[in-house]
Amino acid sequence: MTDLTKLTIAEAREGLKNKDYTSLELTEAFLGNIEAANNSLNAYVTVTADQARDMAKASDEKLGKGDAGALEGIPLGIKDLFATKGVHTQACSHILDGFKPAYESTVTSNLWADGAVMLGKLNMDEFAMGSSNETSYYGDVINPWRKKGSNQDLVPGGSSGGSATAVAARMCMGATATDTGGSIRQPAAFTGTVGIKPTYGRCSRWGVVAFASSLDQAGPIAHTVRDSAILLKSMASVDPKDTTSVDIEVPDYEAAIGKSVKGLKIGIPAEYRMDGMPGEIEELWQQGIEWLKDAGAEIVDISMPHTKYALPAYYIVAPAEASSNLARYDGVRYGLRVPGKDIVEMYENTRAEGFGEEVKRRVLIGTYVLSAGYYDAYYLKAQKVRTLIKRDFDLAWANGVDAILTPATPSAAFGVADQDLHSDPVKMYLNDIFTVTVNMAGLPGISVPAGLDKSGLPLGLQLIGKPFDESTLFQVGQIIEDAAGSFEPEKWWG
Amino acid sequence: MSVDTDTVKRVARLARIKVSEDDAMRMTGELNAILGFVEQLDEVNIDGVEPMTSVVEQTMKKRADGITDGNKSADITLNAPASEDSFFMVPKVVE
Repeated sequence: MTDLTKLTIAEAREGLKNKDYTSLELTEAFLGNIEAANNSLNAYVTVTADQARDMAKASDEKLGKGDAGALEGIPLGIKDLFATKGVHTQACSHILDGFKPAYESTVTSNLWADGAVMLGKLNMDEFAMGSSNETSYYGDVINPWRKKGSNQDLVPGGSSGGSATAVAARMCMGATATDTGGSIRQPAAFTGTVGIKPTYGRCSRWGVVAFASSLDQAGPIAHTVRDSAILLKSMASVDPKDTTSVDIEVPDYEAAIGKSVKGLKIGIPAEYRMDGMPGEIEELWQQGIEWLKDAGAEIVDISMPHTKYALPAYYIVAPAEASSNLARYDGVRYGLRVPGKDIVEMYENTRAEGFGEEVKRRVLIGTYVLSAGYYDAYYLKAQKVRTLIKRDFDLAWANGVDAILTPATPSAAFGVADQDLHSDPVKMYLNDIFTVTVNMAGLPGISVPAGLDKSGLPLGLQLIGKPFDESTLFQVGQIIEDAAGSFEPEKWWG
Repeated sequence: MSVDTDTVKRVARLARIKVSEDDAMRMTGELNAILGFVEQLDEVNIDGVEPMTSVVEQTMKKRADGITDGNKSADITLNAPASEDSFFMVPKVVE
């Protein structure tokens, strides 16, 4: 029998419909892989095996009756940031110890309504703050990829490191993820998977633990462009419980795949050519340009002068919003409580013990930039710079650009506990230099695997689209996927 | 702009996070690295630029001011570290 865990979602959808196998068989295959791999990779923080089997059986019944939803019987992993009723939901933080919500996030509700099966909850950086999945209370996630001839553990990127690793190591068919500054696209690039952050407002944020509310968006990580299109179609919706979710019909994203890109205008922004960028990233970018040119797209040079200010502005806006969102963790309503001599000391002790170092750092930065006398100098200025960043993009669209091609990350995956990156928080932040502009402007961005570097590690290219034009990203992304092929890590784990 | 250790302690107090003397010293350096990084924004001319309030241009959605949900106090206190009769329990606040 074929290894069911090697299937794409699109293939499994056909196989299930044709009764080649059942959802229960598919689900068992993934549960087997999780059991074998999780000790080495630490992608799951909880596995809901019984629930998965029950959901799979229900899906098999529906499939038998010819009553299947769009994702009927497809086993998925869910990032720990999404509220799942009665199941571990802690944003991988100590401060939410034992939290099991009495409600379900809108995104996961949509997935279950379409028949998907939940395998468990995925590891992530604490409160989605990190670019290496090393800030989780539940320990580091390990990238299934290693350099050729090396045993060194590499990071999967972050914050959706568990999602990316679980997909790359065949521990689920696809995963939910979230992206505030690059947290879907950077881990996708580090693991040879596809990740899309849709337009702000495309997916409901209801029931997703908040980090920076004006930037957070949910999206999928999957093996192929088509699989990510299938997942996003189910995840996206307008939701009365999130007033920022947008009332625009969710298109059939798959319909865009396979369409010619002839005549599409692809912008190449000069400002993404950063000083000190490795030659391999530059070559990969050139390769991407050639592929799209060969497919008939028109390549145009564009200028986005405010690109370099996106990351510093982000490190004002995101911590500011985080400091107010995280004010709710006070040891009163949920999670950890560490006693003190009075209520204030209880708050302080709880937050000191419950938050990790990176989270504390960002809460303090956020509190400082919002404190009396500093609001104008920091937050207001950053929001003005944000207007200018968005204007750069608006100008490109006004000039007829259909999508923008950039590298996804400034490097391939790096080592766990990298001394250089941990010596200075800003160095770690630079990982998001190509992805963060997209969050600041609220645009959709997709990372597609485009090649391997000299040491055999995957690299990704990013496509940035117009608001609510995810379809074009899938259309152009498929061209890159067809040209680059797919990438599978050599199995060294369990 | 940069912060000193006393400022870090004051901000930590505002954020209700207990920090030791050692924590505060270490964090001072880290926060200054971040504040130094964001200082680049001073190069940008922001004269006459409106601050962004929403990335998607849409009018704020409104709904009828009606009760749509309720009677779930048990759900709400479900995850509380301490609760009694659907109240959250905290250390004594008023003498």
